[in-house]
Amino acid sequence: MNEQTNLEKTEISRRKLLQLGAAAGIAGLLAAGGPLINTVSGNGPDHNNPLTNPTLDENKGMGMSHGDNSGTVGDVDLTQFDPSQFLYNFDWGSETITESGQTVREWDVVALEREIEIAPGVFFPAWTYNGQVPGPTFRCREGDLLRFHFSNGSTHPHTIHFHGFHPPSMDGVEPIIQPGESFTYEFKARPFGVHPYHCHVMSLKKHIHKGLYGTLIIDPPQSRKPALEMIMVMNAFDTTFDNENEVYAVNTVAFHYARHPIQVKVGELVRVYVINMTEFDLINSFHLHASMFRLYRTGTNLEQFELTDTVIMGQGERAVLEFTLDDPGKYMFHAHQSEFTELGWMGFFEAVA
Amino acid sequence: MYVEKDEKTISVTTTPRVPAWLTGLIPVLAIGLMLLLFTLVNPLAMFNNNLPPIENLAIDRIRVVENGFEVSVMNSGPQPVRIAQVIVDDAYWQFNVEPSGELPRFGRAVVTIPYQWIYAEPHRILLVTNTGLTFEGKVTIATLTPRPGLREFANYGLLGIYVGVIPVSLGLLWYPAMKRMRRKWLGFILALTVGLLVFLLVDTFLEVLETGAKLPGVFQGVPLALFAALLTWLAIMAVSAMQNRRNAAAGNVRAKGAFLATLIALSIGLHNFGEGLAVGAAFALGEAALGSFLVIGFILHNITEGIGIAAPLVSNRRSDEEPARAAPSLLTFSGLALLAGFPAVLGTWIGGFAFSPLLGTIFLGIGLGAIWQVIVEVTALLRRYAERENMHWVSWLNLAGFMLGLAIMYFTAFLVKF
Repeated sequence: MNEQTNLEKTEISRRKLLQLGAAAGIAGLLAAGGPLINTVSGNGPDHNNPLTNPTLDENKGMGMSHGDNSGTVGDVDLTQFDPSQFLYNFDWGSETITESGQTVREWDVVALEREIEIAPGVFFPAWTYNGQVPGPTFRCREGDLLRFHFSNGSTHPHTIHFHGFHPPSMDGVEPIIQPGESFTYEFKARPFGVHPYHCHVMSLKKHIHKGLYGTLIIDPPQSRKPALEMIMVMNAFDTTFDNENEVYAVNTVAFHYARHPIQVKVGELVRVYVINMTEFDLINSFHLHASMFRLYRTGTNLEQFELTDTVIMGQGERAVLEFTLDDPGKYMFHAHQSEFTELGWMGFFEAVA
Repeated sequence: MYVEKDEKTISVTTTPRVPAWLTGLIPVLAIGLMLLLFTLVNPLAMFNNNLPPIENLAIDRIRVVENGFEVSVMNSGPQPVRIAQVIVDDAYWQFNVEPSGELPRFGRAVVTIPYQWIYAEPHRILLVTNTGLTFEGKVTIATLTPRPGLREFANYGLLGIYVGVIPVSLGLLWYPAMKRMRRKWLGFILALTVGLLVFLLVDTFLEVLETGAKLPGVFQGVPLALFAALLTWLAIMAVSAMQNRRNAAAGNVRAKGAFLATLIALSIGLHNFGEGLAVGAAFALGEAALGSFLVIGFILHNITEGIGIAAPLVSNRRSDEEPARAAPSLLTFSGLALLAGFPAVLGTWIGGFAFSPLLGTIFLGIGLGAIWQVIVEVTALLRRYAERENMHWVSWLNLAGFMLGLAIMYFTAFLVKF
């Protein structure tokens, strides 16, 4: 109470008032003489945007069902990176089988500096694997021999550090791959589950949050049940370099799946590989509306699961989620940290009969 | 022959060949050539290490309207800036920007944000540019920004009258009492006036520093205000010198006092303009409850100013025995009260409806210069007095007056500062 009064008092000293007038703007003549709602802002018209939509239906905000006006304006250039495609993009690499029957998978990975669009009209100077953030979702089966031919095409030293069983020499901590150099990471895929990979050069915070991360999915030998599968990498971007994130998302682009809901068939089994690569914030989470999912932590066990609608994950934590949507309509999903939700980490599944 | 010619002959022979206007033009041509070179060749290219653009957005003011916010913004940086998104209270929010989200240098735009703001709570607005940089504007206490209507105009005008015209008039009411005072007390009153003016000088100077610092860098707020002060000071000196010559020629002593009173009134008026700005802005912020307290504070605070204005009017008696000269007319008094008080009305209007940090800074600068010169003039008057009385002008009595002036202003300021 005392504090409150002090605050008020501080804020209305005469000189402070002038200052407020200057800094915050307290009042003013009608600065905009013309009609308030007129031109399009952002990078293009958005039919969901009440401001650009001439019908001005107040319930047509970002697609958030609350009938408010939250969300970003416009859309990103989807020809550069389309999260709706990334969702289903599993890269099995080039496959060969040796005489002894060993399956070998190989990938070329190159570190590149790219400017990426993380929210409509907002660009971020990213460090990427293969020019995209998140990096490609590598997929294989337990026991496969994996070879990642990594070359560093950027101006900073980088590595790829995989989670999982492998010899320390293949751990991506040493050697550090200098610009222009190459290295091949080779190991057998185990255990099955969903695992992150990321650069492990110091400063770690910088190298990870700039975009050098992705997912390695190792399928169990006996495979999982057939399902509509998708990858969701929870990530965030600090655009002002103050170690706090301005944009949150799954798969990089703020509110992408709110603008472009993920299409699902009613009753169809959906499997989401979720991984938390958010930097600066200690935890992130996945929350599904109007349904519950079977949660397989780290995806390393096919039997034990928990039925829930919210899972909290620390940095690097991951899980496999399985669920069905039993009625047609839009099912929201988002971080259960409201702040992250409103800064971009929110989307919809749209179940159709 | 050729080699033996001295410099003088050379210059004499060359001068007519190159006309004077051409010699003046040569540097201009050279500058043009230099600029051309820089634009075409860009000799500084080697310094450009692919640096990110320098962006700077200045949020001038945020109007709180029925359905949200209207943010007036100016690009005060050296390069064009594009507003890509808007965050309100840590949430991305829909918005509209006019005339365009792309602001050229010095370009202005109004960002309209539909938002269910919460009464009496603070809100934080971030403008996100296409490079991801954010520029913050704060609504300290959300309440509807007054719209300029006739009633609001009248109400804000009244406010200005309360804090400006009324206290100055009340102070002037002491004139008859001052007229009957013994002569040595006149020095005391003048010293008191100097004390009050010194307080206002310091107060205005600090306001100049603060408002000036809030301006976007390109406007160089503090130097701008100080230049305004310097020019005002010199201009008043010039006017005074002119007036003194005229008065001396006419042998008019009383006019001298009236002129000084006018100067004091004017400079105090400029200061009161600044106070009007603050009060108008306070009421626009919805500080109604504290507002009446603030107004009473300003009335007490500003009464002293009336005494200061009246002081030179009584100071022209030559001795205690001499009867006071004919009092200035009521019209003169009203004029002085208006000159010192009415700017507060203008201030509340501008502060309430159209606060411009740039104009505010300039006016404060003008006030600063005026107060300075008035201090100089009143002190000169005080010295002339002391000389006539064969006293040193820094007497204990005068010092006490000076201190009292400072003290009154300082302690009544307790009512308006927190």
